[in-house]
Formats: sequence, structure tokens, C-alpha cells
Amino acid sequence: MDNHYCIYICGVGGQGIIKTSTIIGEAAMNQGLDVVMSEIHGMSQRGGSVSTELKIGGYNSSIIPNQAADMLLSFEPVETIRGLDNVNSETKIVYNTHPIIPSSTDKEYPSVDGITKTLKENFKHVLPIDGTRLAIEAGSVLSLNMVLLGAVTADDKFPLTKESVIEAMKNNLKPKFHEMNLKAIESGYESIKG
Amino acid sequence: MNLKELVTGESGEKQFLLGNEAAVRGVIEAGVSIAATYPGTPSSEIGNVLSVLAKDANIYFEFSTNEKVAMEVAATAAASGLRSFTFMKHVGMNVAADSFMTTAYSGVTGGMVILVADDPSLFSSQNEQDTRNYARIANVPILEPSNCQEVKDMVKYAFDLSEQFGIPVIVRTTTRVSHMRGVVEFGDVNDNSSNNDNHWKRGHFKKDPSKYVPVPAFAGDMHIRLWDKINEIEGISAKSEFNREIDFSDEKSYGLIASSSAYNYAHDVVKFNDLDVNILKLGFSYPFPQDKVVEFIEDLDEVFVVEEVDPIIERDVLAAIGAKNLDVIVHGKLDGTFPLYHEFNSDIVAQGLDKVLNFDEKTAVSYSLGLEELQENIPSRAPVLCAGCPHRAMYYGINLAIEELGLKPEDVIFASDIGCYTLGINPPYNAADYLLSMGSSVGDGCGFSVSTDQKVASFIGDSTFFHSGVSPLINAVHNKHNFVLTVLDNRITAMTGGQPNPGIPVDGMGDEAPEVSIRKLALACGCDYVRVINPFNLEQVVKTYKEAFERNDTAVIISKAPCTLIKGLTKKPPVNFVEGNCNYCDKCVSELACPAISKVDGKITIDKAQCDGCNVCIQVCKYGALEAGR
Ligand SMILES: Cc1ncc(C[n+]2csc(CCOP(=O)(O)OP(=O)(O)O)c2C)c(N)n1
Ligand code: SF4
Ligand code: SF4
Ligand code: SF4
Repeated sequence: MDNHYCIYICGVGGQGIIKTSTIIGEAAMNQGLDVVMSEIHGMSQRGGSVSTELKIGGYNSSIIPNQAADMLLSFEPVETIRGLDNVNSETKIVYNTHPIIPSSTDKEYPSVDGITKTLKENFKHVLPIDGTRLAIEAGSVLSLNMVLLGAVTADDKFPLTKESVIEAMKNNLKPKFHEMNLKAIESGYESIKG
Repeated sequence: MNLKELVTGESGEKQFLLGNEAAVRGVIEAGVSIAATYPGTPSSEIGNVLSVLAKDANIYFEFSTNEKVAMEVAATAAASGLRSFTFMKHVGMNVAADSFMTTAYSGVTGGMVILVADDPSLFSSQNEQDTRNYARIANVPILEPSNCQEVKDMVKYAFDLSEQFGIPVIVRTTTRVSHMRGVVEFGDVNDNSSNNDNHWKRGHFKKDPSKYVPVPAFAGDMHIRLWDKINEIEGISAKSEFNREIDFSDEKSYGLIASSSAYNYAHDVVKFNDLDVNILKLGFSYPFPQDKVVEFIEDLDEVFVVEEVDPIIERDVLAAIGAKNLDVIVHGKLDGTFPLYHEFNSDIVAQGLDKVLNFDEKTAVSYSLGLEELQENIPSRAPVLCAGCPHRAMYYGINLAIEELGLKPEDVIFASDIGCYTLGINPPYNAADYLLSMGSSVGDGCGFSVSTDQKVASFIGDSTFFHSGVSPLINAVHNKHNFVLTVLDNRITAMTGGQPNPGIPVDGMGDEAPEVSIRKLALACGCDYVRVINPFNLEQVVKTYKEAFERNDTAVIISKAPCTLIKGLTKKPPVNFVEGNCNYCDKCVSELACPAISKVDGKITIDKAQCDGCNVCIQVCKYGALEAGR
């Protein structure tokens, strides 16, 4: 059977989620792999939740079936919880620990440490990273998506090379940001591998 | 990828494209000369991309005032021998339908393709209507791509088909196809270079009233010609490579027929569960390829029909079975195997197939109580009006005016319309009580004003006003209706991603264009009371609404301030919170509800990264605890 890999990516509008997913998709294409991706536009702007789904290897549908993701990559703690329908006991759960408090007042924002503790009770591979801090260290909070991109490439099962992901990044983002983005990708990679 | 690749990309090149971008490449490969649209998600990106690329691609492109006008621009271009393209979201077809129906009768000379994007599960729409019904009402061919490659290929093919038979052709996508990204291999580009000073080619309209003017004497014959075309095209759909069998098994008991995104789910479920089921994928689904379908099902015992929204193919299959007297059981929406509404996914399709085939051994997972509790208690993150949005300021002001007039919320009906401002439905504004369609707020104001003794406030955006608000405003004045119409003129079509509209001095290709004045339009419609207000000036907003609600005619208030997302606006610095002055009345948090203001540990906090410096909160705070930033 094909070498397949599904990533569910989620977070909040404006965090660069679609761009990140497109870069992975383009890298997969350049490596000669079959790839499809799904994204939702429209109402997801203006501070709403955003998610994309990427499926590499022989799929026609771009939507990940229940519990079938190999990786859940979340840009925001609470959004990780919202994305849990996609995970199973083997899924790598990588998430940024910096919260973005929604303006809704229906429920109180839970503690991030509590989220991590509860996730670890239920899943084998729970990998919180302080992506926002790493991004600021790399040069700007805007490189958060690159930190998380680096984190994905660190997974042993991820079928793409870091080099091809970097190549696709360069093809999609402005040259003046390349240096910062490279730093961010490396620090994300190290935070998982290291 | 650089978007220009869609124009310059060579045959054989591969790109990772959004379905909507693939549609643009299809249009370019087909050599289209004229394209027109009114934006609507999930088709909006086609227009956004075309507006950037039109000149490079020798295409004339416009954002028309509404879908009907876009349909007419495309129809006349095709009647003049040019290839033309129009595209819209599913409900746009309702607006365009009147002219669309006649275009089917009169036919075309150059190829004309209408791409319509359906929205199963209503990600950004008011209904789930199925455009495949329109193909049948009008009797025109329809293609249903399942992925990005097919979007490009089918758009291109649709032009050839349209031109060959002189009939407009529909390409129907769904949200999941328009917003899917996938690998697309480019094909050859048909030359559409211009033969004149414009960058686009000009055609020539050859007069023939018997073909183009549907007076009763001619329209009867047009209908006969339409049927002749469709009967002939059925022979083509029956042989089309877009209708093909994908075999997974030598067994002949079970088969499956699917189209569009539903095919993708069905394919993956059959493939990854090793099911003994062969699939007939229908990409060219009307005229219904009956011979092909009969050939596929005649030896089967049972067939599944997997399609999203209406059971259209399923009914055609049942009719074919009846006509040929076959003995095949059909499992689809009508027998409850699959749901009658909302989009599908692999899980839904697997559940349906499992009812008959019993293969799914999924065991339910269970999580710790702590996780279940966490899942139930996370805060929602629904879309909200942006910090600094002019709509919020206006809603705050009108509610204050209503309160100061001594009116209760139930005394005033808010007839809303479609745009960012529909988000006013949410608390604390509660400013949407009734809504039908784009432009309906004005007609609804007319109806409520004669049907009730309640006050009526209608809200409409600038783009929506141009789309379909003007003729009901004429109705309101002429029939002496009594309501307050607010035009929320934020200088853009914001909801769909920021397209220009006739009220701003730029057109769809980025060229300078005459600005159409909403104020002058309202005056010309005969309104006696027309006021332009700055929504960020709270005192002016409240005073104007109080005045307007006291009147007995159609009062028009134009609330004019730009959407904060427009590029290049000069903004004021974020506001400061002066803790010593705050008396914790909570007004700024609970009544204005700007997302840049929150209450953290009992203290008001301004998110300076979000605050847009609109300074409305300063006017809301009666204690001087919020002050202008420096
Ligand atoms: C018939 C139809 N066409 C298109 C749309 C998609 N659509 C939703 S809101 C909107 C325009 C909103 O623009 P405007 O009225 O200026 O309000 P804003 O979003 O800027 O506040 C459009 C085009 C639709 N819902 N129905
Ligand atoms: S996009 Fe513009 S109009 Fe829409 S909510 Fe934001 S500021 Fe308001
Ligand atoms: S409105 Fe003014 S006084 Fe009231 S809570 Fe807000 S800042 Fe404090
Ligand atoms: S000035 Fe006040 S109301 Fe306006 S965006 Fe800033 S915090 Fe929100």
C-alpha cells in the first residue's frame, strides 16, 4: 500500500495555517508524492477557528476520516482539543502552548498546563512546544508557522525531507524573510528532535 | 507558487493548486475572452485571481453588480462569438436564473461556461441548494469535477462542448472541490490574443432575432432546438471519459455510482477497506448517461448511489431501472442508506455501505473523564466583527438610540441582509431578526411596515445595496413604506474577501472607475430623508437614528467608514486604559464587545495588537477610563 500520512492542522485565523499547509503540499508534490489538501475559507476569518487537512499517498478525498490523522499540528492550545476527533492513540500531537483567548464569553479559557496533563493521560505522543517564544527568538512572532513547520519535519514517519520543505518555503515566501524562516524551521525541528 | 504561473505555465508543468485556481487555468487554456462574476464563497477566489491576471491573460474581467448582470455579460459575449465565463456561488444562480433560462433557449455561438459552487454543510451560505437541479430545469449539460485536475480539465472541455452544440454548460463544484488543493498538470493554451487596442479580443454579433429574441413566435422553436441538442449530447455523455468505471473486484454483486466530492469518499472507503465493489464515476451527469449506467448495473444485484445534497442521480438510476425493467436494488438517500442533507465524508459513506456490506469493525474509543470534561468546556471561537469594525459602532449607536427613545427591543424589527454585518445577529447587538436573501432587507422593510405597528430598521451593506437593494428602495418610496434603512457603506465587499463594488473608484481589473454615489441614488429614488453619518461618532449616530425613527417615510442613513482590513488606511494609535478612573460598569466589555477589550482577573485589558484606534470605546466609557492613544 502507498506510503500514506495525514496531517490535521488547526489554529486561529491569521496564524498562517493555510500557507504552512500549502508549503507542505507543494513539497510533497515536488517529491513526486500524491497529495491532496482541504481548507475552509469564508466565515473562518475574523478570529474564527481555522483548519486544514493534508493527505499524502493515494487518497482521493482531502478530508481525514475520524481518528485517522498521523499528526495533529495545532497553533493554539484550545484548538488542539477541538481537533481531537482526528487523532488515535498513535497520533503525534504537536501544539503551540501560547493561548489566544477568544472574545466569546460562553466558557472560561482552561489552563494550558491542565490541557497538557489531560492530553498526556490519554495519548502516547503529546508534544507541547512554546512555539510563540521560539518564533520571537527567530525574529518575529509571525514566524510561528515556520516553527511548527519545522516541528512536523522532525517526526520520523513524516514522508518529506526537511530540505524539500525548506525549498517549498522559499518558493512561497518573500526572500527577505527566508533567513528568519530558516531559523524558525530549525528551532521547531530541534524542539521535537532535540 | 506565483499566480502568474497560471498564465505562463507550459503544458506538462505541474502545480499544487486550489480548485478555484485550477478553474482559472482551465479558463486560460480554453482561450476565454470575457469573464464576469459577483463574488460568493466558495467561488470567490476565482474572481480574486482573475482580477489579478486578467490583463496578462488577455481577458476582460469584471465584478458585475450581481449574478444576473454577470450572466448577461457572459451570454452576450458568447452570442458575439467569444468564449465567455461566469461563475458564482449556488444561490447566485437564483439571482441569475431568469436570464440563464433564456440563454439555454437562445444558445450561444462562442463557448459559454457557468461555474457554480455549491456549499453542502453551509460553511458560508444560507442554504444547501443543489445546482444540478438547474441543469435539469434549464435543460443544459452539467459536469461535476471531483478534484483540482478535473476542475481544470472539465472547465476547458466544457467550452468545447458548449461551442460544438451552441449551448451554455454548467460546471458544478462543491466547497470541498473549490477549496481542495491538489496537483494539477497543465495543458495547452488556446490562443486568445487580441486583434485590437484592448488587451482582449472583440467578437461580432450577427443579428438573428429568431435565434436571440424569445418572443412567443420564436421561443417555441427555440425550445424544440434545445431538446434536439440535449438528445444529441446524451450520446456524448454516455461515451464521455468523465463517466468511467473504476474496478476493484471481479465480483458482480455490488456496484456504486458516485459523483463530485462524494466520489472521493466512496473511492477511499472501497479502496482502503478492500471492498468487492466496482465504481462508476459520473463526471458528466446531465444529460444522464443512461446507456452507460444500464451497462454498469444490469448484472448487479445491488447498487449504491453516493451523491451529496439531493438524490438526483439516484432518481435517474431508478428511472433507468424502471425503463429497462431491471432487477437491481438501489441504496441511496431515498432508502435511508445515506443522509439527505449536509456534506458527506469517508465516515458517513462507510457507515452507509456498512449497513449493507457489514465490514466496519471500528471499535469505539473512550477517553478519560478529564478529557471529556475538557472537550465539553472549551470556549467557542465563532467569527466576530473585527476590532475597529465600523458595523459594531453603528449597531451600538442604533441600540442606544432605541433605548433613549424609550422603545423596547421587541418594538423594533431588525431586517438584516447578507455580509459581515449579519454578524450583528450575535449578542450584545441582537440586530438581525429576519433575513431572506441578498437585498431582502429593503423589501422586508416594506412588508413589515405595512404588516405591523412595530418600528422597522433594515440593514444592508454597500455591495449588497448595489446588488439588489435599489429596486426595492424605489418600491419603498413609491408605496409609502415607513422604515429606517441603513446602508453600511464600508467601501468594500468585505465578507467575501474584499472585492471592489460600484461605490469605490476602482474596477475588477484594478483600473480607475467612476464612483456611484449611494446618497445620490437614494435621493433619486425619491427619499426625502438621506443622511450620511460617521459610525465612529457616537453622538451623531444616536441623534440621527432618533430623528429617523420619528419619521413616517422611508428614511435612509448611510453609515460610512472603511472596513479596517482595507490596505493603506491611516489609523489612530491604540487606546489607553486609565485604571484609576474605571468604575467597572462593564459597558465596554458587555455592551460594545470589541474583541480588543477583555476583562482579565477583574481588570479591563486592551489588546494593543488588535486595537484599531477607532476610539468608539472612549465615547462609550462615561468615566474617562479609556483615553485616546498618543
Ligand atoms: C446571491 C448571493 N450572492 C453572493 C453572496 C455572497 N456574499 C455574501 S455577503 C456578500 C457581500 C457583502 O458585501 P457588503 O454588502 O458590502 O457587506 P460587508 O461584508 O462589506 O459588510 C456576498 C457577495 C450571497 N450570499 N448571495
Ligand atoms: S472584515 Fe471589515 S467589515 Fe468585516 S468585520 Fe472586519 S472590519 Fe468589519
Ligand atoms: S466602560 Fe469605562 S468604566 Fe466601564 S468598565 Fe469599561 S473602562 Fe471601566
Ligand atoms: S479603540 Fe476601543 S473599540 Fe476601537 S478597536 Fe480599540 S479597543 Fe476596540
